[in-house]
Amino acid sequence: MIRLPDPKPEVLARREEIVSALRRAVPGEGGVISEPLRLKPYETDGLSAYKQPPLAVALPASTEEVAAVLRVCHSMGVRVVPRGAGTSLSGGALPLEDGVVLGLMRMNRVLEVDFDDRLAVVEAGVTNLAITREVEGEGFFYAPDPSSQLACMIGGNVNMNSGGAHCLKYGVTANNLLGLKAVTIEGEVFEVGGRHLDAAGYDWLGLLTGSEGQLAVVTEVTVRILRGPEGARAMLAAFKSNEIAGQAVDAIIGSGIIPVALEFMDRPAIHACEAFAKAGYPLDAEAMLIIEVEGSVAEQDMLLGRIKDICERFDPISLKVAETAEQSLAIWKGRKGAFGAVGRISPDYLCMDGTIPTGELPHVLRRIGEMSAEYGLQVANIFHAGDGNLHPLIMFDANDPASFRKAEDFGADILKLCVEVGGCLTGEHGVGVEKRDLMNVQFTAGELGLQRAVKAAFDPGWLLNPAKVFPLEGNAALVSAPAAAPSRSAAA
Amino acid sequence: MSGASIAPASEEELAEAVAEAARSGQPLAVEGNGTKRAMLRPVQAARTLSTRNLTGITLYKPQELILSARAGTPLPEIEAALAERGQHLIAEPPEPGPLFGASEPATLGGVVATNLSGPRRINAGAMRDHVMGIRAVTGTGEVFRSGGRVLKNVTGLDLCKLLAGSHGTLGVMTEITLKVLPAPEASATVAVRVADLAGGVRALSAGLGAPYGVSGAALLPDGGGGAPLAILRIEDFAESVSYRAGRLRDELAGLGDASVVDDAEQSRDLWRRVRDAEPLDAEPSDAVWRVSVRPTAGPAVARAVRAAGLPRLMLDWGGGLVWIAGPPTAEAHAAVAAAARAEGGAFTLFRAPDSLRAAVPVLPEEPAPLAAIGRRVKAALDPAGVLNPGRMRAGA
Repeated sequence: MIRLPDPKPEVLARREEIVSALRRAVPGEGGVISEPLRLKPYETDGLSAYKQPPLAVALPASTEEVAAVLRVCHSMGVRVVPRGAGTSLSGGALPLEDGVVLGLMRMNRVLEVDFDDRLAVVEAGVTNLAITREVEGEGFFYAPDPSSQLACMIGGNVNMNSGGAHCLKYGVTANNLLGLKAVTIEGEVFEVGGRHLDAAGYDWLGLLTGSEGQLAVVTEVTVRILRGPEGARAMLAAFKSNEIAGQAVDAIIGSGIIPVALEFMDRPAIHACEAFAKAGYPLDAEAMLIIEVEGSVAEQDMLLGRIKDICERFDPISLKVAETAEQSLAIWKGRKGAFGAVGRISPDYLCMDGTIPTGELPHVLRRIGEMSAEYGLQVANIFHAGDGNLHPLIMFDANDPASFRKAEDFGADILKLCVEVGGCLTGEHGVGVEKRDLMNVQFTAGELGLQRAVKAAFDPGWLLNPAKVFPLEGNAALVSAPAAAPSRSAAA
Repeated sequence: MSGASIAPASEEELAEAVAEAARSGQPLAVEGNGTKRAMLRPVQAARTLSTRNLTGITLYKPQELILSARAGTPLPEIEAALAERGQHLIAEPPEPGPLFGASEPATLGGVVATNLSGPRRINAGAMRDHVMGIRAVTGTGEVFRSGGRVLKNVTGLDLCKLLAGSHGTLGVMTEITLKVLPAPEASATVAVRVADLAGGVRALSAGLGAPYGVSGAALLPDGGGGAPLAILRIEDFAESVSYRAGRLRDELAGLGDASVVDDAEQSRDLWRRVRDAEPLDAEPSDAVWRVSVRPTAGPAVARAVRAAGLPRLMLDWGGGLVWIAGPPTAEAHAAVAAAARAEGGAFTLFRAPDSLRAAVPVLPEEPAPLAAIGRRVKAALDPAGVLNPGRMRAGA
């Protein structure tokens, strides 16, 4: 159960008037949705356990229309929930009963590609993968590659500072942006950055990235595009314990090699993926690494040879170095299908996203195993081992409310453990509604107060995505009374 | 900047000093070792608050690629600790000696607060990209943290980014956690002699668009004999460097006279000089500007400022960073600002005598909505306006 802000009665009462004003702001066909049945697709996002139909949905096709929608909402005191493809795993796009969902999916044009300056200017509703598709003919790519890259949109990536399996080498979204066009809650259009590096003045670009729709609505993004490597190849290394696999990771990085990807799977994850994908994973292993390197064939041989030598020192159960691109794909096949694989074992699962210092891995996996037994819920662990970003998949039965509540409690305990060992609540999925009420675990009241003050500097009336990131308690703009008996909550 | 200087020995004392300043309404010039005092505008404060006594590496986990140090730690101390474990600072920040005539080393806090990055910026990110966490003190003396000590973290608003590059106007950082990386085993430089700056940027673009991981791409207007020289750096394991440098030289051969500088010492020295803008040949009395534009616009900026009588310049970051030196006059400054504006880029008056930098906007104006937001952010973090007043903009 997650508490949502108290709906504003005066907004609910003026629904027809608001919808009419929105239709004037986005006059074309399909610009505004208000019929209850057609609102259904927007009532949830990638965190589908929570559902809440919005007041209305506005689908502007240009920055000017976005500004017009925001002017309407601002002048009428209406809350706004920005939305891209709705793939958020943290409920970042969960609507509000008295809020307008501002969908950017119609803004899907690639405006400019410039290979000499290595950049692309795209609208917020262009999908992550579409950027790479646009430039790969010339050997270029857009580096951040979240698992949802086929569907997720760049505007959402910017707001969540999305990562992916390859950010150990290429960085996250924040490291791959040059500029943004955005609109304030008052409906004023502004640009930060540009086509150049390191714009002078405060780093608004850095602050807006990962701000989860709290500060402004992003409508255009200038991304860096990179020339791809000559080639890439993967290897698989399986070990007798999580500890040993963790030591092998340390030894690889300690030797000065930064693989382009370094993925860790524990025993339940190996078994789930193997049953699903028949990738040839070793079922007798406790832990498995997928390690990918880049370069010419000779460079790949050199790096994989060194990594293999290092792994040999840790008594591996098996080492398999891909000789061809096809063999590489086979090694990745199981990992890439991990979510589907877990979905086959259990129709419902929560995907957690804490980050830990990599040295704490054995301890954290041991504790997760103990908690799994205590809660009576299965968990499979997939982990970006190089950067400490852990993805435990907690399996539960959504038809059983008690099971869902247990899964949520289990997830919260894992995230508290991440913070306790020096890590954080979220590495790449964002706080959203999912982890909002755990923010007090990571930050002091003073620290949250400062972040709220920065939010309020952009959005003094708390109209932009107000149910997310910050705990509601004590925020007079959002809730009237103490949270003793939640009057409103998203159905779970 | 004369007057009293406070250099607290602990974060707690520093927080108390700031709180006291806020109560009494007496502004502070915030600095580390003060090596970059001549950057941007002169601060309007009678007293100086230095982090120079907050020193020491507090956490270093080479396998986790993480290092934390107190803000006043001299950069050479951090670089030495990293070198001992075969690692380095990714963003390659310049040393303050050549540019600012400083005799003391820069501090970690100073380099992060100014977000200074060297040639490796082009493919490995800016100083701010590697700040994983901070501890800092607000303008009211409140201690806060943002980020943490892990490599991937999107928990809450990223106040690390807000403070990096804020020149001490939003908070005083007391401890910083950085991502670090293994130092490359080897490095080599491919040099291409070209006919003009536009040809040089074509060579840099071709190199950066090739699959060899170029980690430095600069253009020296006079690489000997009056002809510009484009230089591109490869850093990696020795086998990779020799292979890639050879391939890159072959691919760039059509764009000019291309050769490989494979003497490691010579290559390293060349990039150290680029990092510290030595090829700019700035006179001690010169003002120095940095203009950031899209790389292919670098030559147009160069043309415009040369036409305005500013002949000393060099290009880095693939052509997108134009260093310019010349007489510290308002006319010269206006020419640089106009050249940056014409190409949709940004300028920074990097170094100048007080008379000039107090009189002109040292950074581009912000659009009205951002300027208003900026004032509210400043008011949230430093309501009494005691941290480095006037540093970035007049009256702010």
